[in-house]
Amino acid sequence: MTATVGVAVFPGTNCELDSIHAVESLGGNGKILWHSSKNLSEVDAVIIPGGFAHGDYLRPGAIARFSPLMSAITDFANNGGPVLGICNGFQVLTESGLLPGALQKNKGLKFLCKTVEVCVETQNSTLTRHATKGAKLSLPINHFEGNFTCDHDTLNSLLEQDRVVLRYCDNPNGSINDIAGVCNEARNVVGIMPHPERACDSLLGSEDGKVLIDSLLGLN
Amino acid sequence: MLGVSLVFSVLVDVCLRKGIADPAGSTIERSLPTLGFSNVRDVSVGKTIRFVIEAENEKEAHEKVESICSTFLTNPVIEEAEITIENLEQVKGN
Repeated sequence: MTATVGVAVFPGTNCELDSIHAVESLGGNGKILWHSSKNLSEVDAVIIPGGFAHGDYLRPGAIARFSPLMSAITDFANNGGPVLGICNGFQVLTESGLLPGALQKNKGLKFLCKTVEVCVETQNSTLTRHATKGAKLSLPINHFEGNFTCDHDTLNSLLEQDRVVLRYCDNPNGSINDIAGVCNEARNVVGIMPHPERACDSLLGSEDGKVLIDSLLGLN
Repeated sequence: MLGVSLVFSVLVDVCLRKGIADPAGSTIERSLPTLGFSNVRDVSVGKTIRFVIEAENEKEAHEKVESICSTFLTNPVIEEAEITIENLEQVKGN
């Protein structure tokens, strides 16, 4: 069966077509989910893509969190549905409380737009089950607020429960513990700052994102 | 008692929690000496949100504003808010 991946679109989202292209190039179906809709009935997985949802006003993700679509995605996630937040999508997931921590302005106050190396830290997540632990992936980052932070207790539980999914090899933004992505306790909700959907074609410089999107699609 | 609404002007000062890195504050602090301003420290950058709210009394206004702050205006993981409320006038009686 071909997996259908719903791709959330808020006013200001701008990576939805990249995400759909990546999903479809790997054999899945991509389906746009408008922020005012609550219907996830035909969807096997959800991507909340990058961009500037609601203009990033107040804080990135702070307004998107209250949309009808996000309440449907929260139910979907709580029922075990796979959810991936990329970049602004990661910010939406932390604001929604589906993932712990918060994303602050980058250390050095620079908007970062470059390719970085990240290390796969666990295979036990909906995004990395087809990846190899310890593998290094070359993925683009494109953010101003990607500096992951959380309190000590939260960090300890993330480490004890093996919930750091990706780590930067050379920390670009000041994230605590070099964290580039984390998952929830049930391991079906993952948020990452790098953009695997932009690294699924050699024409774009890297195909390292394929293994991650593939894992989400559940394809072998 | 019949409801009488009072109007309050609200100022919410959102700042980062202690211990949370403040890259904007540090950058400003580092640049001050190079502009000739010495002996300045503890620079922090936050944001101010102003609005007007109606409530039965000041206690109720405070409770409403605190609820708005904790659910929406701040991210409690990294931010906290200082609330200043001023009674403007009595607007309507029933």
